[in-house]
Amino acid sequence: MKKRMILLTFPGILALLLFVVFPMVQIIIPTLSGQGSFGSLYLNFLKDTYNQRIILRTLWISLLTTIIVLIIGVPLSLWIARMHHRIKKILILVILFPMLTNQIVLNFAWIILLGKNGIINHVLLSIHLISRPLSLLYNNTSIVIGSVYLFIPIMVVSLLGSLSHLNIEVEEAATVLGAHPSTTFFKIILPQISTDILTGVIWVFSWTMTSYTTPQLLGGNDDLVMSTLIYQQAMTVQNWTLASVISIVLIIISVGCILIIRSLIKLLDRRVAHA
Amino acid sequence: MHSHKVLNVIGTVAILFLVFPLIFIIITSFGTGSTIEFPIKGFTFNWYLHILDQPDMISGLETSLLVSFIASAFGLLIGIPAVYAMFRGGIHHTAWFQMLFLSPTFLPEVVIGFSLYQGLIITLHWPMMISLIVGYFLLGFPFVIRLVGAGLNMMDPHMEEAAWISGCSRLKGFFKIVLPNIKSSIAAAFIFSFINSFNSIPVTLFLSGPGFNMLPTSILNYMQENYDPTISAISVILMLITTLIMMLINHFMGLNRLLK
Repeated sequence: MKKRMILLTFPGILALLLFVVFPMVQIIIPTLSGQGSFGSLYLNFLKDTYNQRIILRTLWISLLTTIIVLIIGVPLSLWIARMHHRIKKILILVILFPMLTNQIVLNFAWIILLGKNGIINHVLLSIHLISRPLSLLYNNTSIVIGSVYLFIPIMVVSLLGSLSHLNIEVEEAATVLGAHPSTTFFKIILPQISTDILTGVIWVFSWTMTSYTTPQLLGGNDDLVMSTLIYQQAMTVQNWTLASVISIVLIIISVGCILIIRSLIKLLDRRVAHA
Repeated sequence: MHSHKVLNVIGTVAILFLVFPLIFIIITSFGTGSTIEFPIKGFTFNWYLHILDQPDMISGLETSLLVSFIASAFGLLIGIPAVYAMFRGGIHHTAWFQMLFLSPTFLPEVVIGFSLYQGLIITLHWPMMISLIVGYFLLGFPFVIRLVGAGLNMMDPHMEEAAWISGCSRLKGFFKIVLPNIKSSIAAAFIFSFINSFNSIPVTLFLSGPGFNMLPTSILNYMQENYDPTISAISVILMLITTLIMMLINHFMGLNRLLK
């Protein structure tokens, strides 16, 4: 029986070996030998200052996005969690809608808003705050704005479940005992949802780091990030080995960052526990 | 209370921040100007009709729907037996199976697209359409494993055992007892894989090309040369598709359950 059961997993195993493992091995192998010694392609890639700038830009955009999403997302989730049932349901719809919408639409919205003839420039011009349209689009800031817009819902979704189950009496007890609302927030609420915040942070950070559409549509031609560099090398320049090298570097850096975030938060958590 | 005021302000502003950009898209799609403008000067439905004059977008929409549908169906066909074997078959080392089955979620979409382009199109000379179905299949498969797995875990195994004792064969028990009990999870898994495939951009860009147009690529191509309300109009159509998907999810599993 068990043997026949295991047969049921074979199509899945075969599919993933053929469609994930084989293509990944296929792109990794040429990057290992290349010209020269083992790993020389990676060293050359990392030594180049242009590439270093792209890696740092990618990390910087992801870090900034994560921090902003955290600052907006945590209070927003708490606010939604404490809402009356019917309003809460509507707000959840508002949160889920962008998550299920094509990213072209979400980014296009910011092209309309931030462009030279865009709505924000129009408003600023008409109230005479500026005399010439600002170039708000096609730079790192617009990538961060677009990414924050994209990933706030992710943070809310990862927090809302546990926030809705928080025992509000604990907070009331803190307030009765004279705790300032901000003390209650940082000492009572945050510690209880720290693992979900960690999940949210990891999702937002790694998705921003690997996302392609936002930097492609909202970033400038000189503001490549790693994912847009992969596409450019693979499809425009057709330097497939280099595209493979960047792919592997991207995976390693994003996994490395996740591990660092995880251990940092654990460190913080322990301090909170000992305090 | 002081803290409630702060929360109210942040919450309201954040929700407006999420909603307003989409509302602007809707408004601009009705403008009469030849480029996107705000506020709009007149009101017209012409840009929606203009979509019909874009053969790339129409055929792209059709192929996108078709390919996403096929890929999601394959995901269920391959995923459900695997999940059943993992959770009910008593096989060992299911953690390893899970890790393999969920592996696409750990890879950046750009890398999935690029590796399939290299592995299937360049090395194995597979046709683009098949490779794209494979790519979409990979995007949806983890949803099948997770959601159907969760559905199966919630179902009482005794129901199936009762069927066997009453003389049902294992196969018949599966179709008569298990499937009807996990059908809402299956529907949810299908909807999520479908919308994720349909919305995927990097995988689509790598695995489609001249003569084989998908909706995202046709919109991006159009955007490169035009800045007119047609893009707003097609965006509104995509938002309507999202609305439809949300209604389906609500019907099959309840939107609130997503957040439990």
